[in-house]
Parts: sequence; structure tokens; C-alpha cells
Amino acid sequence: MALTSNHEGKVALITGAARGQGRSHAVRLAEEGADIIAVDLCAQIGSVAYPMATPDDLAQTAKEVEALDRRIVTRQADVRDMAALQAAVDEGIAELGAVDIVLANAGIAPQLTSDPDPDHEQAFRDVVEVNLFGVRNTVHAAVPSMIDKGQGGAIVLTSSTQGLTGRGGDGSGGMDGYAAAKHGVVGLMRTYANWLAEHKIRVNTVHPTGVQTPMIENDEMTAYMEANPGISAALENLMPVESVEAVDISNAIAWLVSDHARFVTGVTLPVDAGFTVK
Amino acid sequence: MAGRLEGKVAFITGAARSQGRSHALRLAEEGADIIAVDIAAPVESIGMYPPATEDDLAETVRQVEALDRRIIATKADVRDPAALKSAVDDGVAQLGKLDIVLANAGVFEIFPALELADSAWQEMIDINLTGVWNTCKATLPHLIENGGGAMVLTSSTAGLKGTPNTIHYTAAKHGVVGIMRTLANEFAANSIRVNTVHPTGVDTVMIQNEKTRGLFLGGAENPTREQAAEAFEATNALPVPWVEARDISNAILFLVSDEARYITGVTLPVDAGYTVK
Repeated sequence: MALTSNHEGKVALITGAARGQGRSHAVRLAEEGADIIAVDLCAQIGSVAYPMATPDDLAQTAKEVEALDRRIVTRQADVRDMAALQAAVDEGIAELGAVDIVLANAGIAPQLTSDPDPDHEQAFRDVVEVNLFGVRNTVHAAVPSMIDKGQGGAIVLTSSTQGLTGRGGDGSGGMDGYAAAKHGVVGLMRTYANWLAEHKIRVNTVHPTGVQTPMIENDEMTAYMEANPGISAALENLMPVESVEAVDISNAIAWLVSDHARFVTGVTLPVDAGFTVK
Repeated sequence: MAGRLEGKVAFITGAARSQGRSHALRLAEEGADIIAVDIAAPVESIGMYPPATEDDLAETVRQVEALDRRIIATKADVRDPAALKSAVDDGVAQLGKLDIVLANAGVFEIFPALELADSAWQEMIDINLTGVWNTCKATLPHLIENGGGAMVLTSSTAGLKGTPNTIHYTAAKHGVVGIMRTLANEFAANSIRVNTVHPTGVDTVMIQNEKTRGLFLGGAENPTREQAAEAFEATNALPVPWVEARDISNAILFLVSDEARYITGVTLPVDAGYTVK
């Protein structure tokens, strides 16, 4: 039985929901009764070295949520494309009702590639577009329906330990952009927490250390870490674990969006095995 | 009973009333047995609200036992390391082990910085800072023996931000963050997690008194709860004047549960947006 209170009758918008943390969040909130609007690009981005999610992955998320007897609306949409994202969210709302919970989870990690001559400028632009601009788009696509509903709500933006530290920096366009975007997400959270407080909409960030998902568990990442032992050492956790599981992030999010955290807003919550306090 | 802390034992300081009692009950609801201490007596430099009493501590015992959990309660001062150690050792001897430590005991007073007596400064540091360390020192050996555990130290929004007229309180509450960060590093290898919570005003006697209401209202005389609510609300981002003790208990319950098994070294505000505002 879950620790957090029930989300029966709530609707949650989750980006990057095809696999990894996003799917885990969808399943975790569905277990507690929420219906889900699941958005994912389900396509490759050129500067990203590892294989990104597919339509089959998104279909699997739908299958797992439906197996819990919850409803789910899935849409392929790019968080960089406000019109497409807004259409996806509007269709979800038309079917499931106004949004109560927003999880801006979609993100890419184009850094840490074994390619000796990557396009740094493109990598920087791509990661900032997806991981920062995409978060802004996600919040703005959903917030009007939350304000109209007038029941408050909770937003969690997925930042990173790279949103609080710069450890492991290597000067690559991907890593520069990742750290800048994830720090930028904290700025968005803080300004949104102030903007939306009067509507009783709470806004917080989570800061995972490495999570066992395809974004870090892939051949490119393994090769990069083996070739760069100094950076690999800089990215070690304080607690004796190499990485955490997606469900650990989902548990933190499930608590943050629950009534148990009804007065928690404006908070940066690391789920990082002590990485940032180290 | 949901029983998410079934079989666990928690040590809680300042457990006679308010947040401490609320934590004891919340954890007991989830199946934990409790070792409780409280000074249950006046503190010299604290005059603006009444002290906890032995009757208060007895009431915490009654309420925990009403939940069918065991509780060992001792009158002890967090400034007295020997008394604390004895209370912890005795509680562990009776309840079998220790998994959770809540360093909750604390006092609050208001003085303009230059009017603060040296003795009042010292007393605040002794209770709100050294008392937290004494609590950690008395309990860490048991957590190590247990193979791990979770500690939550109660700081404050005043542990993250400065406020006029609370120099001794603010210094002590910032210091609690330093204790947390050091212990999180020093005992991670023992699987001991250490975090702080940072409440905004909690609806207890510590803020519901004439002097504290006056501070928020710029020195108004005989301020009512309603007048104070407006002034308190203006300090938070969310449209609420204060939070309930149970809101802090719910945050602590999450932090000490297995759902937070990889959360350590974290400062967690439960503050209605006070620090982000």
C-alpha cells in the first residue's frame, strides 16, 4: 500500500511518459487512482547518442495504466512545439477533465558521447530547447485549465543533481546545456511557485541522481565513463549505491503532489543518495 | 492500521505536546513504538508562552497507548547529555532497538539583537543547537548497531533565512543544518540518512502568543488570532497563515519511510512558500 494519500478522480499530465521515469510516474499515480494524459516525442533527436523512446514504448505505458483500471490518453508530441503540445493537452482534458497534477518530466541527455567530434552547439541548443523551454511549454499548456477549475493543484518539474551542482562538467555542448537547463528549471519553479500560489497551485522540483533508465544505462554512456574515469568518480553518490530506481523518484513525486504535502511549495527536493550534500 | 513503520522504534525529543506529540502519534499510527523525552519544565529565558508540563507528557503517553503502541517516556533536558543517554539507552533496552530519531525539542523567543542578554543567547544555543547534537550523539551508536536508520532534525524557515529580532534562534536553526550536513556525510556508510525539516509558523503555543503576534503585527497591543492570521499570511506564498503540526509530521513520516530510502542531506521546507517568496 502506498504511503501517500489517494489521487482518486485526479488527472495528471506527464511528459516523457513513454518509458523510464515518466512511465514509472504514470503507473505510480495511476495506482493511487489518477487518470493520465501521457505525452512523449517517441522519436530520435539528432544530437542524442542513445536510442530514444518509441511509439511501442508509449503503448506499453498505456497498457500498464489501463491494467490498473485507470484511463489514459496518449499523444505523440514534442515539448518544444507549443502548438502540438497544447493540442495534445487539450485533447486529454476533453476526454479526462481538467488537469490537477503536472509532471514536466521529458528530458534528454546529449552529453557524454564517445563521438570524438560532436556538434557542441547543436547539442547545447537541443538540450536547452527540450529540458528548459519544453518545461515552460508544459506548464503553460496545462495551467489555464488548472486555474479555471479553481481546485488548486500540484506541479513537479524534474530537474537533476545537475540543477544544483556542476560536478562532472566536461565543457561539451551537451553537458553545458544539460547543467544550464536543469539549473534553469529551478528558476522556473521558483517564479511559478510565486505566480501560482494565489491559485493554491504548488510548484516544486525533484533532483534525481543517476536513475536506472535507458538515458544512463546505454552503451554510449558506459563507453564515455570508461574513457573518463575522473568524471565518473565525480559523479559518484554519497550513499553506497551506483544509481537509484525510477520508483524512488516516483515515490517522492507522489508525496509532493499529495495532500500530505499540501503546504510544500517552492522546494528543491533532491532524491540523490546524498550526491549534493557530499 | 496502515503499518508503514511496523516494527520500528522512534526516539523523539520535545514530545510532550505540539509538533513533538503530533510526530509521536503520526509514527505510532503507522506502527512505530516511541521513546519520548521532554524537559516538561520552564526554561529561564523563555517567557512568552507557557512551558510543557509533566501532564502534557503523560497525555502523549496516553494517546500513543490508545493507538496500541508502546511508549517509554522520560522527563529529560536535551542540555543534559547524561540524562539523554540514559533515557535513550533505557528506551532501547525496553523496546529492543532504534530506527528513527527526531530531534524536535526547541524553544523560541523574541528580542531585538542588541537587547538580548548573554545568558539568553547561551540558553538558546544550548537548547536549540547543542541539544540537537546531544540528541544525535546519544542515538547514533544505536542506529549504527541497528545497521542503519533515519534522523530528522527540526530546523525552521529561520534556518534558511534571516528575520529581525530572532538572532539567537536564527543562528541556532542555521547551525542545525550544519549538523545535518556533516552527519549525512559522516554516517552514510552506516546507512544512516539525515535530513532537516523547515516549518513556517506552526499553529502551536510557540507562535500563538501575544509577543509573537506582536512581532508579526509590528508591535500592536493585544493582537487577536484573527489579526495575527492576516499578518502571518502575508509572509507565506500560499494563502494560509500557518500550517498544522500534522503537516510537519507528514513530511517527517515521508522522510523516515522506505519511500525516501535514497533521500539524505536534504533541507525540506514545509513552509507554504515562505522561503521561496
